[in-house]
Amino acid sequence: MTLLLVERLAKSFGAVAATRDLSLDVAEGSIHAVIGPNGAGKTTLVAQLAGELRPDAGHVLFDGRDVTRLPVHRRVRLGLARSFQISNTLLSFSLLENVALAVQARHGHSFRFWADASRDGRINAEALAVLQTVGLADRRDRLASEVSHGERRLLEIAIALATGPKMLLLDEPMAGVGPEEGQRMVEMLRTLRGRVTILLIEHDMDAVFRLADRITVLVYGRAIATGTPDEIRADAAVREAYLGEEDDELVA
Amino acid sequence: MDPILLAVQTLNGLQLGVLLFLVAAGLTLVFGIMDFINLAHGVQYMIGAYFAATFTAVTGSFLLGAALALPAAVLVGVALERVVFRHFYGRDHLDQVLATFGVIFFLTELVRVIWGPTPLSFPVPAWASHSVTLFGGATYPAYRLFIIGGGLAVAAGLYALVARTRFGMLVRAGASNPRMLQALGTDIKRLFLLVFALGAMLAGFAGLMAGPILSVEPSMGDNLLILAFVVIVIGGLGSIQGAFLGALLVGLVDTLGRSFLTDAVKLVLPASAAVDVGPALSSMLIYVLMAAVLIVSPTGLLPAKGATR
Amino acid sequence: MSADTLSAPPRAVRFRGALLPLALFALLAVVPFVAGALGQPFYVSLFTRIMIFAVAALALDLVLGYGGMVSLGHAAYMGVGAYAIGILSFHGVDSGWLQWPLGIGAAALAALVIGALSLRTRGVYFIMITLAFAQMLYYTANALSTYGGDDGMTLWGRSSFSGLVKLSDARTFYWIVFAVLALSYLGLRRVVASKFGRVLRGCKENERRMAAIGYNTALYKLAAFVLSGALAGLSGVLLANHTEFVSPAYMSWVRSGDLIVMVVIGGLGTLHGPIAGAVLVLVLEEVLSKLTQHWWLIFGPLIVLTVWRAKGGVVRLFGGRA
Repeated sequence: MTLLLVERLAKSFGAVAATRDLSLDVAEGSIHAVIGPNGAGKTTLVAQLAGELRPDAGHVLFDGRDVTRLPVHRRVRLGLARSFQISNTLLSFSLLENVALAVQARHGHSFRFWADASRDGRINAEALAVLQTVGLADRRDRLASEVSHGERRLLEIAIALATGPKMLLLDEPMAGVGPEEGQRMVEMLRTLRGRVTILLIEHDMDAVFRLADRITVLVYGRAIATGTPDEIRADAAVREAYLGEEDDELVA
Repeated sequence: MDPILLAVQTLNGLQLGVLLFLVAAGLTLVFGIMDFINLAHGVQYMIGAYFAATFTAVTGSFLLGAALALPAAVLVGVALERVVFRHFYGRDHLDQVLATFGVIFFLTELVRVIWGPTPLSFPVPAWASHSVTLFGGATYPAYRLFIIGGGLAVAAGLYALVARTRFGMLVRAGASNPRMLQALGTDIKRLFLLVFALGAMLAGFAGLMAGPILSVEPSMGDNLLILAFVVIVIGGLGSIQGAFLGALLVGLVDTLGRSFLTDAVKLVLPASAAVDVGPALSSMLIYVLMAAVLIVSPTGLLPAKGATR
Repeated sequence: MSADTLSAPPRAVRFRGALLPLALFALLAVVPFVAGALGQPFYVSLFTRIMIFAVAALALDLVLGYGGMVSLGHAAYMGVGAYAIGILSFHGVDSGWLQWPLGIGAAALAALVIGALSLRTRGVYFIMITLAFAQMLYYTANALSTYGGDDGMTLWGRSSFSGLVKLSDARTFYWIVFAVLALSYLGLRRVVASKFGRVLRGCKENERRMAAIGYNTALYKLAAFVLSGALAGLSGVLLANHTEFVSPAYMSWVRSGDLIVMVVIGGLGTLHGPIAGAVLVLVLEEVLSKLTQHWWLIFGPLIVLTVWRAKGGVVRLFGGRA
């Protein structure tokens, strides 16, 4: 069953078309990767799916609902959560509080002016459980500014997970992460398979080909191919687009 | 509505708009390029008027006084930039607000110490103290026409500077994308100082032009500064064309509102109430205009291209 | 350690954090007695005024220090609260039961309208717009010739509370203002630690992130703005009662700037900071203005230097915790 359906999406900035006639469907429970060379329009695509940018044309359907014109926070409430390419956590908050805020958002409105939020046992327990999922439970009282880059990448995912999503939009979760921590990330994402649908935007070809059920290749804002990892490897147009610098990665 | 009164008030609105443009243009450039909010810009305008009044009195000639006041105003601006403001580029807007507030307190008091708290006398130059007869028998003070003409000339010069020169190219690039300046390898410090000096010159020019028709006093900059903010919000941050459009709109709406709104209110309300409601409403008019622009287009009518703030 | 106490700071830290606020309130509590012993009733009036501005500074700190919104027009909400008292008094309504809620409500309404418009923007725009709308209220007050125009107007007297308390007695009024300040402080402590406060603090630090986890950030910021406006309105209600006079000068933009100076010099984002800041700024004004009539020449550079060099405000110098 299709969870996310993108129909003929288009977005231009002045004379530059960042997204052109882009269609995409992501099956529920799958890990679907979007790859493409620099400037292919991956970031613009994420921004449109998350609701930060409004497309010029086309539709985004999520869980059977047209969300094209919904603001960011409404999409999250429907179950479409995202992580950021550059870690975007609350640096002066503890890891637990970062996640607890996401749990709190799921529990309804926060117009509660009196009771101490840090003593809400139910929210703290749920937040702790999510931290356990990504393996950060022992760091719960550290401030987000104090942990390593790799741990902050995991926290990014934990925050997105804590919103209770049906689908995660992961914007280059491996960005800037060393091989060891990258391995940790891949393992963690693998444990999420089946529990939550993932749209993975990623540069790390190795990770993509190990994780993804399906891959869409983006070039100049257009989807030039979609298929299983094997199909993509064999696709002539893809090889052409990636010829040169990243050709080796595809073969490997 | 009396057509002659309407014509005269339209000219008054234009004259206020031109002064507002001169103040707002410097502000908006400094905002747009340095992301720096300079609340002391109004004080720089005020100091321009004081310099001009003093130098005119000393030399006995308005033009000579103006010629001396302008570089003096620029010098004050450059000194402020060197001593205080440059330390606050890249800081929180809050810090900038506070620092420039401190400068306002200091300079306003300094002016009071040097020139005294009472308004300075600054007569209209003799060669422009007559009235000009316009079409239909309306008369209009020549000096105010001189302000309109002078302001429009400076506006045209500024437009040419920003649209045609290398300096202008850098200014436009900086307003739409500050990071691009670094990429271009520009000497940022020098550019900032130049832009700041340009802003100080425009504010000083506005002050020396306005001096003879307004009362030259320490608080004369406050009012104009806040009107200039309204102009920038309406016109769009960082854009010279936006500042021009916004300034003319604010000048005309404010002036025409003040002269005709009370009469209009009298048609609806009893005269006794209209005396209170009319002036209150007309002083609110430009803010209502600003609110309307905010609702329709939060980034203003003509924002600098690509500006996202 | 159980899950529900995870984030509570250790007891020793909490105790040390409470020392400075306690000392501040203790200082304010002994003022009437010291003033009485010295035969200087003027100090009661000075500190009443200081505490009134401390309430306004607290209100501003909620949006500035916890919400990250640089409102440069907070004196306007004070002014609206004060004018509500003045206008009602002018028309012979002197009941505090009516005056006070109306004053607070009018300020909240002004904050709701201005906040809703200003929050469509951010950064420099937000600063300019809050200032511009405050100036609009300032000019409006100037234009109200029935209510004194730019001269302002003198009140018939202070609010009456069915004879329960006599506000006209300087000491009684002092303790009422003291109580309002203490309750505002304690109430805001709860608010900033509540779920609402946590969302607000999150918005200050990273609004994009807060939207990305499902918060309608504009709504929470607006709620804080209105709450802050209402509290500033209450301080205006107190100010009108204290001076028995209202004038457009209450809303001037210099007043708004003064409030920001108090909050920042005292310590942004701590609740005792604005109180310390109000004490410091107003006492300094008092002392400097005795020294020279041109005390702004000293005060101006002092502000510049403080902002340039001493980030975090004076309460940080005492090692106080937020």
